[in-house]
Amino acid sequence: MMRHLISAADLTRDEAVLILDTAEEMARVADRPIKKLPTLRGRTICNLFFEDSTRTRISFEAAEKRLSADVINFAAKGSSVSKGESLKDTAQTLEAMGVDAVVIRHSASGAPYRLATSGWIDAPVINAGDGTHQHPTQALLDAFTMRRRLVGRDAGLGQDLAGKRITLVGDVLHSRVARSNVDLLHTLGAEVTLVAPPTLVPVGVETWPCEVSYDLDNVLPKSDAVMMLRVQRERMNAAFFPTEREYSRRYGLDGERMAKMPEHAIVMHPGPMVRGMEITAEVADSDRCTVVEQVTNGVSIRMAVLYLLLGGNEAAAAHPSPTTTLERGATRRPSATEESK
Amino acid sequence: MSKILIRGAKVLGGEAQDVLIDGETVAAVGTDLDATGATVIEAEGQILLPGLVDLHTHLREPGREDSETVLTGTQAAASGGYTAVFAMANTFPVADTAGVVEQVYRLGKEHGYCDVQPIGAVTVGLEGKKLAELGAMHDSAAGVTVFSDDGKCVDDAVIMRRALEYVKAFGGVVAQHAQEPRLTEGAQMNEGIVSAELGLGGWPAVAEESIIARDVLLAEHVGSRVHICHLSTAGSVEIVRWAKSRGIDVTAEVTPHHLLLTDEMVRTYNPVYKVNPPLRTERDVMALREALADGTIDIVATDHAPHPHEDKDCEWAAAAMGMVGLETALSVVQQTMVETGLLDWAGVADRMSVAPARIGQAKGHGRPVSAGEPANLTLVDPAYRGAVDPAGFASRSRNTPYEGRELPGRITHTFLRGRATVVDGKLA
Repeated sequence: MMRHLISAADLTRDEAVLILDTAEEMARVADRPIKKLPTLRGRTICNLFFEDSTRTRISFEAAEKRLSADVINFAAKGSSVSKGESLKDTAQTLEAMGVDAVVIRHSASGAPYRLATSGWIDAPVINAGDGTHQHPTQALLDAFTMRRRLVGRDAGLGQDLAGKRITLVGDVLHSRVARSNVDLLHTLGAEVTLVAPPTLVPVGVETWPCEVSYDLDNVLPKSDAVMMLRVQRERMNAAFFPTEREYSRRYGLDGERMAKMPEHAIVMHPGPMVRGMEITAEVADSDRCTVVEQVTNGVSIRMAVLYLLLGGNEAAAAHPSPTTTLERGATRRPSATEESK
Repeated sequence: MSKILIRGAKVLGGEAQDVLIDGETVAAVGTDLDATGATVIEAEGQILLPGLVDLHTHLREPGREDSETVLTGTQAAASGGYTAVFAMANTFPVADTAGVVEQVYRLGKEHGYCDVQPIGAVTVGLEGKKLAELGAMHDSAAGVTVFSDDGKCVDDAVIMRRALEYVKAFGGVVAQHAQEPRLTEGAQMNEGIVSAELGLGGWPAVAEESIIARDVLLAEHVGSRVHICHLSTAGSVEIVRWAKSRGIDVTAEVTPHHLLLTDEMVRTYNPVYKVNPPLRTERDVMALREALADGTIDIVATDHAPHPHEDKDCEWAAAAMGMVGLETALSVVQQTMVETGLLDWAGVADRMSVAPARIGQAKGHGRPVSAGEPANLTLVDPAYRGAVDPAGFASRSRNTPYEGRELPGRITHTFLRGRATVVDGKLA
């Protein structure tokens, strides 16, 4: 397993499938009366959040606690910590305190990469979202959700998403979720199509391993999963599209549009949803919409990632690992990012 | 007065000759010159160039003496073979009055490593709203002839027009930092394939090209001279080429780093590669080299931008833009232009000394290497190969993108009006 998790693009197909399979095991913990494994007992993990994100932080915290890790939450919001040096200084402080892993969320693209590669810190770094760059655990939980729904919970073990057609709709330009998903879904063999107004598609997208379309209605009948991306309010005042209503008419998902999708197809959203604009309540509340499952799966995925990165089965030698599957995670090797330096 | 005989150097890369310096001037150029009473420098295999002139340097003094001072900046310049530098106006306070430009000018004179010609701001405080006292700066002891809001674009078309017209009264030139501000809001790197992948805000080529297009048309309309700073895209080259073919009085510069590095370097997220305008693509780099070779781009200017360590040792978005360049410029030009066969050493002398001196009206610089001329000279050993070690820089800052990279060529001697400022590669 790799040492850090910075980008979904760094994962091989086998590494990604291992994480998904491990997450299936972790998901079983949630069904137990005591939802806790002793795996990371005595390990300290810091959630270093330079940008607000209650959902992601709570998800990581739940995952860490279910693995019995000690958790430090560090919220460094804009004004309380000046930019620049503070990342380095904070990292070195955590290092000095003997933190075993750092989960970082930062508004600057590349901040986790810098943290992992600048020699400021030795601990494994897990990217919990950086700027408009990557959010790999989000992509993993999305892939996990798709595999469960489109391949099958048990039938899915060891499987990837070969041949599945996935459509991502909305603000691709500013979306780390879109970048991570394109990378991971491609690695897992899926065919990805991005749908957005041209203003919200980055210049340079032509080299990405996916298709781009401006026409949602055309793509829907050919989609096994449709993932709606969040459109931030501030985009509406920056001329990316004329009005909220026009966006909604062309790129919003309502019941009529959902009916164009194949019967088995699911609707996804990383949340929080802007109801009425990106997605109507009818769609959001339908049983084809996986938003709530995605949240649940997020905890399992993050448990799997922490477990594999921290070599949990080694440390928990006195406590047998939940399944033999997980022992594959014991071998560590440098990540692609490290090798490329 | 002291005499120095430079023996056997290839003047402008041509035949080996002897050059005798007597006092502040070149006394003779020829073969087998009499060495009586002179200090002899054996320069076999070395290239003798007129002292280099940098039309675009940031000396940071006054205001940011933690990153550079006039002393350390001119020492860096001398180390890089320069005998004159033009100091940009974006200091604190801004060089927008006669008082500030005279101070910078005076400090250069006092230290004596390199002539310092201050550049005056076009607008008060670089704010782009009100013309600075351009005439007063020209009339001051500093004799300012080049005006620029570098770091910021004079984006208001009316202000730009007025500045272009106004400096005609005393033969000045406006040097434009071409960056359409709205198109570059939040910009972190070149907009393209790499920015899309890295999720860094894009700085599109058209933001540079649209301003250059506007400004050459303005210069044509009012019959003025305009200089384009650090041109960085293939499209900009096409616009300047078109403007020149039309007879518009435009000159342009390219930095060494834009001749060598591409936006692929940004994949490291190492802010040492963060610069404005940003590193572009391979295609742009090749177009810039061709344009420098064919004269569409007139000069190489360093855009030497020193920053203290802490301003670069951080995440990309928080880092300052800019790289130091004075001490590596000639090496980069040798690698990208001479060793590729695009330019000979006479061409290098033109692009790095003669033409910048002409554009900036630096008196006594960029002159032919011949008897009676001021002895502003640079001696280069082109055979040298070595890895760049920033620890040896004279500049107070170390933000070079070339650390550990092997570059050819080394400045062995620099002479400012006959006085050696660099001897055997070390500051005198």
